[in-house]
Amino acid sequence: MTTGTQHLSVTKSITVNASRDRAFSVFTAKFFTWWPASHHIGEAEMADAVIEPHQGGRWYERGVDGVECDWGRVLAYAPPDRIVLSWHLQGDWSYDPDPAKASEVEVTFVGEAPDRTRVELTHRHIERHDEHEKVRAGVDSPNGWAGILTVYAEAVT
Amino acid sequence: MPTYQLDALGALGDPTRRAIFELLAARPRAVGELASELPVSRPAVSQHLKVLKEVALVTDSAEGTRRLYRVDPRGVHALRDYLDQLWDNALAAFAAAVEEERE
Repeated sequence: MTTGTQHLSVTKSITVNASRDRAFSVFTAKFFTWWPASHHIGEAEMADAVIEPHQGGRWYERGVDGVECDWGRVLAYAPPDRIVLSWHLQGDWSYDPDPAKASEVEVTFVGEAPDRTRVELTHRHIERHDEHEKVRAGVDSPNGWAGILTVYAEAVT
Repeated sequence: MPTYQLDALGALGDPTRRAIFELLAARPRAVGELASELPVSRPAVSQHLKVLKEVALVTDSAEGTRRLYRVDPRGVHALRDYLDQLWDNALAAFAAAVEEERE
């Protein structure tokens, strides 16, 4: 059976005029300053979004109401070379704690010059997010199904 | 195709089509199986399957002499496309933040 969903990944690369140290530090310690504010899972608006600076740390948001919502875990933390995060957010921005359904985000920082760094990002194992089960569970709920379709709409427009 | 999702919602608005979709989400089935599990005729099931295929909710394949229908895996592809776009936006904002800090 060929489903065409094996090993789905997204690969991105961007070069910034900064040292590896600063690129790494802005990516991690200042994650909240650049992450698109509209993309969060809490009910309230985001007050902060945090990548804890150690392996095994949490990756989470804190809403203006003080509620913290996990996004995933820090799987590897190696400044200024590399960070790997698990991504437990499903298609409708709900959190699924099951590691078998989490994808992974690996970011590497490659020095091209003392003040120029190439940032390579791979979001892999997207196929682990089992959208079918979600569809099955949510098909009777307008929120469940519409949630997936709404993100899809954003993707295609 | 930006109209996919609206079409898909519309297609699932029909209770029989939704029942067919739910049965296929549980496991792949042939037309005859679907007809025997639902209070509708086989030609009616075929007609509904045609609509579900058109909006990419269902896909089919030949298995021996039978044609099996299953839920289309494009849902997870849509997620991939979504994340692709999200990281584009996020990394552009990240680059801007790095450069800003420099000044």
